[in-house]
Amino acid sequence: MTAFSPYAPLDIKHGKVNMAHGSGGRTSAQLIEHLFKKHLGNELLNQNNDQALFEIGAGRMVMTTDSHVVSPLFFPGGNIGSLAIHGTVNDLVMSGALPLYLSAGFILEEGFPLIALEEIVISMARAADFASVKIITGDTKVVERGKGDGVYINTSGVGIVPDGVHLSGSFAQVGDAILLSGSIGDHGTAVLSSRENLEFETEIISDSASLEGLVKIMIDKTPSIRCMRDPTRGGLACTLNELALQSGVGIAIEEKHIPIKPQVRAACELLGLDPLYIANEGKLVCICPAAAAEELCATMRSHPLGLDSQIIGLVTKDERCFVQMKTTLGGMRMVDWLAAEQLPRIC
Amino acid sequence: MKYISEFRDPSLAQALAKAIQRESDPSNHYRLMEFCGGHTHAIYRYGLKDLLPDNVEFIHGPGCPVCVLPASRIDQAIKIQSKSDAILCTYADLMRVPATKGHSLLKAKAHGADIRMVYSPVDALRISQQEPDREVIFFALGFETTTPPTAVIIKAAEALGLKHFSVFCNHVLTPAALEAILNPPDQQINVDGFIGPSHVSTIIGSDVYKPFARQYQKPIVIAGFEPLDILQSILMLIKQLNKGSYTVENQYKRAVSSSGNTKAQMLTAEVFDVVDQFTWRGLGELPDSALRINNRYKYLDAEEKFPVEMTVVSEHKHCLCPSVIRGRNKPLDCKLFAKACTPENPLGACMVSSEGACAAYWSYGRFKDEAAFQPAPQEVKIYK
Ligand code: SF4
Repeated sequence: MTAFSPYAPLDIKHGKVNMAHGSGGRTSAQLIEHLFKKHLGNELLNQNNDQALFEIGAGRMVMTTDSHVVSPLFFPGGNIGSLAIHGTVNDLVMSGALPLYLSAGFILEEGFPLIALEEIVISMARAADFASVKIITGDTKVVERGKGDGVYINTSGVGIVPDGVHLSGSFAQVGDAILLSGSIGDHGTAVLSSRENLEFETEIISDSASLEGLVKIMIDKTPSIRCMRDPTRGGLACTLNELALQSGVGIAIEEKHIPIKPQVRAACELLGLDPLYIANEGKLVCICPAAAAEELCATMRSHPLGLDSQIIGLVTKDERCFVQMKTTLGGMRMVDWLAAEQLPRIC
Repeated sequence: MKYISEFRDPSLAQALAKAIQRESDPSNHYRLMEFCGGHTHAIYRYGLKDLLPDNVEFIHGPGCPVCVLPASRIDQAIKIQSKSDAILCTYADLMRVPATKGHSLLKAKAHGADIRMVYSPVDALRISQQEPDREVIFFALGFETTTPPTAVIIKAAEALGLKHFSVFCNHVLTPAALEAILNPPDQQINVDGFIGPSHVSTIIGSDVYKPFARQYQKPIVIAGFEPLDILQSILMLIKQLNKGSYTVENQYKRAVSSSGNTKAQMLTAEVFDVVDQFTWRGLGELPDSALRINNRYKYLDAEEKFPVEMTVVSEHKHCLCPSVIRGRNKPLDCKLFAKACTPENPLGACMVSSEGACAAYWSYGRFKDEAAFQPAPQEVKIYK
């Protein structure tokens, strides 16, 4: 926070976003100063340039971008702010990278309460801090009332991949093991049940979290890991299909090894959804040589974000790149791509 | 949840599967139709076929209300919405159902129509109360299970004096569809026994099926939707078929009685009349097969309130749905399967919702047919 602030104070408690906040004029500066920089500020962001200048060391960089449009903006276990950080950090670290810097672009709807915006920005600051990344450049635009859903956030990120680390979805080999870092469906059902006001005995809490710590110990312990991916939109099912296709292999998993929380199962039952297709925001799927799987799984379980890790299946030879699952009853079923957005059934 | 998991117990399933193995006569072929989409879904979802001997075959019936709704009704809904500039409230399943010329409610919504997805009819009523100056139309559909809730909101709308509320009624009747399968124009029936509807039967009861079982000499077992329910009813059907008997049995006694839910039946009768003819996607025109809002409540009928011209729609000429639904063809027999017709781009009733025979086969079962399967082209454009 700079000591000298030429801008009039901002009434965060009662204020609302207005068109002038996106105009680039004094009001915009006021919002940036008293809200964004107050919480997100660091030496690079505070350079006050339209771009952030930073040194890069040797090595390979990764870059990713993700736009966040979640509704409702606040859900059990997080909000759009923390989600925007976790999503992009996770995309970076799935390559084995050390995440460094993020940008944040906000699209705000006219009339959105500043107090809610501040809460979102505070969550972003916390999440960024936790993942040891800095937000070093940003942008704010305001759209007229009715033309947005309160807040949209785009975050882009860069990170550095250490020497010797090389992961790719195309590296899976027949016989490899597939690991999952914990229960599936938590994020999607948390959002859905808060959207639909569904109440369950135990609240469903989003798993939204950044995974850089978990990834780091995994790579340190098992350098032979072939690839990692976070099963976000489309859930575990789509991620496995992507990996199978990318590597030109089949995948066989066992339903009984896939952890699902009872309340998530109940919500899915009620809404007619299949947890395999529900979004996760704090889980990863990893493929490694079978010989390393047990040890890797134990390593994952030693991390707070991997306590329920499981070996869920293996890579098979299949030119059609099908993903199959042995059901709890012992039959086989196919786990296909999602045809469209998974929608609740009615009967 | 404990309650549910009891009906999914792996060791009990194995025991039932063994009993079915023992009971089934290898020289016989058992063609069993599950009428409901919910059963189809469970059969694939749990891979039940793998637990059964090869001579027990499932035939996936017409029991998914979304699948059997013809394109013309979706057209009509889109027209009514645009004529009245109403808020059209509908179940999410309906959004992607193909109308004519590649239209759908989803596309109409993208073009600006105010279409909102709801979870229950009561949501539509609530929207009408919140926006009293806008016309609100509820797109009602489903078999007998979903009809009483629609009756409830129609009566509530009257009690609340809602001025701008109406219902677009597409409720259909199970017995008519059963009749269509058991009494096809060419009298060729390819089904030996029926796994009877689950939720529907809680409303209409098990007695309704007796005349069908007797007249067409086919056993019917009313079954719950859980995998153990289904396995048990298969065992019951095979036992009947081996003995040559054809009665109605009720496996789903924990929810279904012989006369059903009479209160719900009365409620339905208070608000609806049976229409003479209704077109089903896949089965064609069926007599006495659907409901319409009766004269007493006519002023709440969206079709009466906003009359629009009906489109005449013919189904795709290569679509085999009519015979897939009747068990004469398998999805793979259809030239369009996995080529022009996929869940992303459904051409026939059976591909529309995940419970349709072709969609279920596509999504869960196609890995079994190595030779027959060709990967679908990424994008197939049928409509110009
Ligand atoms: S594949 Fe499509 S067109 Fe062919 S029978 Fe099935 S639904 Fe009809």
